Amino acid sequence: MHVPVLKQGDYLIASVQSVLSDADLLQLRDDLADRVGQSRSRGVIIDVTVLDVIDSFATRTLRAIAHMLKLRGAETVIVGIQPDVAFAMVQLGLTLEGVGTALDLEEGLAYLGRVAGRSVSHAK
Amino acid sequence: MQNETRVAISCASDIVTARQKGRQLGMQLGFGGSDLTLIATAISEVARNIVDHAKSGEIILAPIQQGNRHGIALVARDDGPGIPDVTLAMQYGYSTRKGLGVGLPGAKWLMDEFDINTKVGKGTTITMKKWLR
Repeated sequence: MHVPVLKQGDYLIASVQSVLSDADLLQLRDDLADRVGQSRSRGVIIDVTVLDVIDSFATRTLRAIAHMLKLRGAETVIVGIQPDVAFAMVQLGLTLEGVGTALDLEEGLAYLGRVAGRSVSHAK
Repeated sequence: MQNETRVAISCASDIVTARQKGRQLGMQLGFGGSDLTLIATAISEVARNIVDHAKSGEIILAPIQQGNRHGIALVARDDGPGIPDVTLAMQYGYSTRKGLGVGLPGAKWLMDEFDINTKVGKGTTITMKKWLR
């Protein structure tokens, strides 16, 4: 299922609505790479609260998205990884190294406020 | 196996179907939340292995019993190219493709029992079990 991407000020919020196939994940990657440019976004939140499985493919893709968006000038934070999912990821030895994570949307926004906030206020 | 569920795997979207069926059966058998997630994740890894390397195969899910122990068996079977070096394939971080190389060894860690039977040119059968505690 297609993941809707909403614009919220300087940020984009991708809210996963149902289980994702591999194709959906790759589509999300391409969508976000485009949208970050169009919207001149500084930060991206990917909400994965509804995902009941984050396997090696999903982890690799989420990591790729975050690194790609970083190259496009935006910080990414993954929010909403469920406790059982986190447990399975640890068992699998999967990490989201170098990728921001936060408990939920609220914490994700706070995270972006810290790492993707306007750091050049003196230039205004 | 009795009361088995078979899911044909030929494309990436079948992976989602297989893990949903696995979760369903696991729930019927009395597995709890975190075990269901481990089962679904293990299915995801071995099913992806079929899609990536063998093109098509199947996942067979079945209840199992041994004495007074009950559990679930997951079998991933394909007629693909087989794995020339199983020891290497089971090594964490080893991948012939651009994967993370965690699929097979990872699936082993997620389940209680793991067995792999492969013959070059014939195919691969992976049997995994998880017991109710």
